[in-house]
Amino acid sequence: MSLWLVLAVNSITLGGLLFLLSAGFSLIFGLMRIPNLTHGSFFMLGAYLAVSLMRHGFGFWTAAVVAGLGVAAFGGIVERFILRRLAGAELAQVLVTLGLSFMVADFCLMVWTGDPIQIETPPLLRGTASALGLPFPTYRLAVSLVAVVVAALLWALLDRTRLGAMIRAGVDDAAMARVVGIRVSRLFTIVFCLGAWLAGFAGVIGGPILSVYPGLDGEMLPLALVVVILGGSGSLLGSLVGSFVVGFLYNFGQAMFPELAYVVLFLPMLIVLVMRPQGLFGRQPV
Amino acid sequence: MRRVALGAALVALAAVPLWVGSTYYINVASQILLYAVFALGVNVLVGYAGLVSLGHAGLFGVAAYAGARLVNAGHNHMAVAAGALAVTLATAAVFATLALRGTGLGFVMITVALGQIVWGVAYRWISITNGDNGLSIKGRPSPFDLSLASPAAFYWGTLVVFLVALATIAVVVASPFGASLRGTRDQPRRMSALGYHVWMIRFLAFLLSGFWSAVAGLLFLYYNQFVSPQVVALTSSAEVLLMVIAGGTGTLLGPVVGAALVVIVKNVVSGYIERWNFVLGAIFVLIVVFMPEGLVPGTVRLWRWARAAGRPRGAAAVPARGGEGGR
Amino acid sequence: MSALGVHHLGKSFGGLRVTADVTLEVEPGERRLIIGPNGAGKTTLFNLITGELEPDRGTVTLFDRDITRMASRRRVHLGIARTYQIITLFGGETLLRNITLSLLGRRRLRWNPLARLDRQAALIARAREALGWVGLEHLAERPLAQTSYGERRRVEIAMALAQEPRVLLLDEPFAGLSVEERRDVLRLIAGIPRDVTIVMIEHDMDVALDLAERITVLHFGQVVVEGTRAEVVAHPRTREIYLGE
Repeated sequence: MSLWLVLAVNSITLGGLLFLLSAGFSLIFGLMRIPNLTHGSFFMLGAYLAVSLMRHGFGFWTAAVVAGLGVAAFGGIVERFILRRLAGAELAQVLVTLGLSFMVADFCLMVWTGDPIQIETPPLLRGTASALGLPFPTYRLAVSLVAVVVAALLWALLDRTRLGAMIRAGVDDAAMARVVGIRVSRLFTIVFCLGAWLAGFAGVIGGPILSVYPGLDGEMLPLALVVVILGGSGSLLGSLVGSFVVGFLYNFGQAMFPELAYVVLFLPMLIVLVMRPQGLFGRQPV
Repeated sequence: MRRVALGAALVALAAVPLWVGSTYYINVASQILLYAVFALGVNVLVGYAGLVSLGHAGLFGVAAYAGARLVNAGHNHMAVAAGALAVTLATAAVFATLALRGTGLGFVMITVALGQIVWGVAYRWISITNGDNGLSIKGRPSPFDLSLASPAAFYWGTLVVFLVALATIAVVVASPFGASLRGTRDQPRRMSALGYHVWMIRFLAFLLSGFWSAVAGLLFLYYNQFVSPQVVALTSSAEVLLMVIAGGTGTLLGPVVGAALVVIVKNVVSGYIERWNFVLGAIFVLIVVFMPEGLVPGTVRLWRWARAAGRPRGAAAVPARGGEGGR
Repeated sequence: MSALGVHHLGKSFGGLRVTADVTLEVEPGERRLIIGPNGAGKTTLFNLITGELEPDRGTVTLFDRDITRMASRRRVHLGIARTYQIITLFGGETLLRNITLSLLGRRRLRWNPLARLDRQAALIARAREALGWVGLEHLAERPLAQTSYGERRRVEIAMALAQEPRVLLLDEPFAGLSVEERRDVLRLIAGIPRDVTIVMIEHDMDVALDLAERITVLHFGQVVVEGTRAEVVAHPRTREIYLGE
């Protein structure tokens, strides 16, 4: 019984983490129609940057935010100087993000070497907290909370601000948005930076649980892909639901069918693709 | 004139083990050829059908793993080849049916997912694939009683396969089916309106591309005597896509050039520069941004421009050639 | 029997009814003109007939055979061909190759992966012949990208004629053409033999009227007037729709 509970909590944690990762991916794909294959690299880069920041005395949460900003800055440069040059050639943009992911991966290998690095859980959140009479790692509960807070903030951004309205308009129909005067190119840069920040931040948050190591980018990217295809691109709710579905599938699948864990993970995605190409909550098919 | 050049090239290729220095370089040459077969196969889909796949390492790997299992089960190499090819073609049929549900970027994403499923199986289904430890085999085939064990012999065997692949694909490209395929790449709606069965054409192209990816996978198995999940990882699919894009999708030899580039960078350059992945990624980005049509057409374009620029003033400019490069 | 028939055909996009209960029948060999203001649903009607769009209601028949559920590529093999308002030809290919592709579409040869397309003498000769029908055989080797708009319009028509249609749908064949070019295309269409039934959408009344035997007027997706040329031209509703704009 307690095994299932532990699995459930871990699933919620992973779901929260995945939400942070894939919300950005979903926005980028929804608005710019680019599956950003550098997204896993953003995640990993954020974690590595935080490692260095923390080695220089920064606190965990500060490092998380600042590392996110570092990744966002990198993302901004990529968008402004490379992706924008290829505006309209979506396939070329995807391939560029692929090439960049190779470069970032090797860069990280050069700077931080190949050994896995454990990010320390912030001191206040170490240990366990009691819920339902059972001990749960406090940090994992915190991750879920952070995910919820970020989800709320993102929802507020998209639903309540002018910027959010413009983003939603762009996701609906970028060409139309241009026609009514929305500066879509600038919107692209903003959304790309936001997505990158979220991914980098997620990498740091995930650090104490996953640690950071070469290959982390390649493991996280497909998960983001599954979430977005399942949940629908450009939909926050879709990312939320999709993240938790994937979190549960991944953990329970690993526990119950260790040999077929990946199949369990991807199969629902393929089913969704075949039967409902726009995902559970998306507008446009993939 | 072209026949002479072709003959000379063939002779040069056949003589590689003789004029190249060490067995190390002969092995590199074998690698180039087997990856060229892979890239040629992928280009049937990417270049001629206009469908970009990031999951073809999955098919490459299925053939290698199936081959390994069959070899280790004691079958003769003919049976191994037949079995591996059959399994991979079946997998390719499944891949195609699912991936063709999406178009454009959707197709790409589905192929990523499919490739990842194969990776997941290779990594986790330890009873079949031995997981991360991979599967090793012993020995290479001896077709017609000619052993392929030595590097030179293996090179020649691979060369024969490469030439067959090149010839076959060249024939298909020049055929009515090839023209139909390119038509579906350029104007799929129109093709439907002209009576073509666009889905079936794409499906068959996928199978053809899967077939040559499988052949390359078998060659890889015999070359390496080992297969591991790394072979089917996303990075492997990305590498072969890079070979295709770097060389140029619109030409027959583009993927071959691309394969040579990537394999050389991987093997030779990595001896001098430590971070070859970075270099590879950078080359990729540069090519996509500055020479999107690939190295072969891009170089041809630069050469023509250089020739035109070198002509004395007043001479007729080189006439613009519409329709070159196919794209 | 009618060559082409649509019965109570309906199509909506979201809340917008683009085709509303359209019924019409075209006799074999007839020259039918479909006119109507912008947004009347003319091209949508063509898309429904060729199968590129699926109707919500109603049927489409070809020589009294129900083809409503038939895939569009199969309708081609039964003898429907069309041209498009927006030219969607194969820009990277020569005119000859464009027509060859059109010819191949109806032949089993299109599946052949071994024969050399360049060596199919009979096919290529027929493609040249088709280019000749529209007066473009001297440009056979010219890449499409290097031809003028008027020439491309004629290639469109050659593509459709090469499909040996029994029913030919022409979607605004005169759009964007100069006066002289219109004359050429007019002569071309007028010269098409009677075993081909022609249905044409056109905006330019002056040129199209010459060709029309019967006219159907569409407005907001509905048939509002139908009859012979004389009847429709004289009809008060027609004047209302066109002059009242």
